Amino acid sequence: MVMSALAESDAFQVTYSSAINPIAINKMHEWILDIKTSDGTPVTDAEVVINGGMPAHNHGLPTSPKVTQNLGQGKYRVEGVRFHMSGYWEMRVTVKANGIEDTVVISLEL
Amino acid sequence: MLDPKYASSFLLVVVLIYLLFVQLKQPPSWTDAEIETIQSLGISQLGEPPSDPTNAVANDSRAAKLGHKLFFDERMSITGTIACANCHQPENQFRDSLTRGVAIGQTDRRTPSIIGGAYSPWQYWDGRKDSQWSQALAPLEHPMEHGGNRMFYVRYVTARYKDEYEAIFGPAPDLSDRERFPEHAAPVGRTDWNSTWQAMSTEDQNLVNQLFVNIGKTIAAYERLLVPGPGRFDEYVASIRFDEQQTIFDHNEVVGLRLFIGKANCTQCHNGPLLTNNEFHNTGVANFPGEIPDKGRVQGIRDVTDDPFNCVSQYSDARYSCAELRFARTGSELIGTVRTPSLRSLHPPFMHKGQHATLREVLDHYNDAPLAMIGHNEAKPLNLTQLEITQLERFLATLNAPLRTDSNWLKAP
Repeated sequence: MVMSALAESDAFQVTYSSAINPIAINKMHEWILDIKTSDGTPVTDAEVVINGGMPAHNHGLPTSPKVTQNLGQGKYRVEGVRFHMSGYWEMRVTVKANGIEDTVVISLEL
Repeated sequence: MLDPKYASSFLLVVVLIYLLFVQLKQPPSWTDAEIETIQSLGISQLGEPPSDPTNAVANDSRAAKLGHKLFFDERMSITGTIACANCHQPENQFRDSLTRGVAIGQTDRRTPSIIGGAYSPWQYWDGRKDSQWSQALAPLEHPMEHGGNRMFYVRYVTARYKDEYEAIFGPAPDLSDRERFPEHAAPVGRTDWNSTWQAMSTEDQNLVNQLFVNIGKTIAAYERLLVPGPGRFDEYVASIRFDEQQTIFDHNEVVGLRLFIGKANCTQCHNGPLLTNNEFHNTGVANFPGEIPDKGRVQGIRDVTDDPFNCVSQYSDARYSCAELRFARTGSELIGTVRTPSLRSLHPPFMHKGQHATLREVLDHYNDAPLAMIGHNEAKPLNLTQLEITQLERFLATLNAPLRTDSNWLKAP
């Protein structure tokens, strides 16, 4: 069972699926990102950069998660995800594809 | 008859004593969310230490036995007077009582406890090591600690502990040729030792490195056994779980726990059954006057990335299982951050340089949340009253407990 949710920007829709559910703190794990354009077409050749943090504490993620594999059909494997505090987190997924760059913000309450 | 002019003072004292020592008549009620948080801190959640695939002998009892001997052996130093246990004292939570560790000389930071170290992806205050075995090697060659060199140690261990060593790692190589294997040699430490090291063939250097790493792996196999056991707090956690009459904590300890998981924000970093997230935070702890601010993790991540004994090195037994190192964060946000210590081995002085002599001082510090000297203090002022600080202090004392480790391991073999 995975935890997943959809987040959107103007250009892209990103659904993340976490390999652990619920997301526990202090556990290294993977996510799968499913990236589509706003009209629902899978984005198969995206450059993806992941940032994030806790706005309330003015600090970032404890790790640097990265896309390690393009799984095809708009799906991407992200490794190195770990959170180290309970509370409100934002994961900012910056997608660059077809000459468009946009950032999708995923909100998490851990 | 009480003089009226003292009556108000007397009344105040009575009220204060009442507030400090009153016991709860009714068991406190916790919300479901609070119970969930409290349970997550209980020692029953701890489980066995995570496996260390980079150390093939991590769970080998023969390795732990040899590591135990080496840990207490003062001849594991250039002076013949410094064992690991000199600073990591079993009777003091496997640390010492100094602001900064003192072995051959004084070190830069406080001796950290090694209890529960197997649960952390990072070692040292700045995380400059990513395994216990790799960590164990550094003090042996540090001029202010054991002050020796790897050539010296591998010759000593493979001679003095030949049978034990060979039972674990197979035949020890012959190191008697002083042309190939000088008396002293290492790529760090004294320049004359560097010179003799540089004169060795790469093959012989690798051989000595491997033997040296094996020493670290046995010490790590021993250190993995040092795991905290249940204390009064954990009895309290269990009593909530089984919904028993909660008579284990007094009123102040209950309020202290409520502050700990709530208003005082302690569980932001001191979370999980070891009361640490093993991550790096800047909480604005001051330097000693005149001292250059401690860069903390921002330097530690550089060191571990370049460490010849890190997870991805040829001396690791699982070079492809290094997610922590592969995805480690870098950047200026790490300036002045140090690793959250476990609260299961509380022993004064506190903080990474022993800046605070008492827990009270630590709590006052977090209550104030001063500006950091370098980087930014992640903590915010708490506005706790003096009574609340006392209650937090009372709660923290309930975390004290003996190790769950068999007592034979807690003294010299």
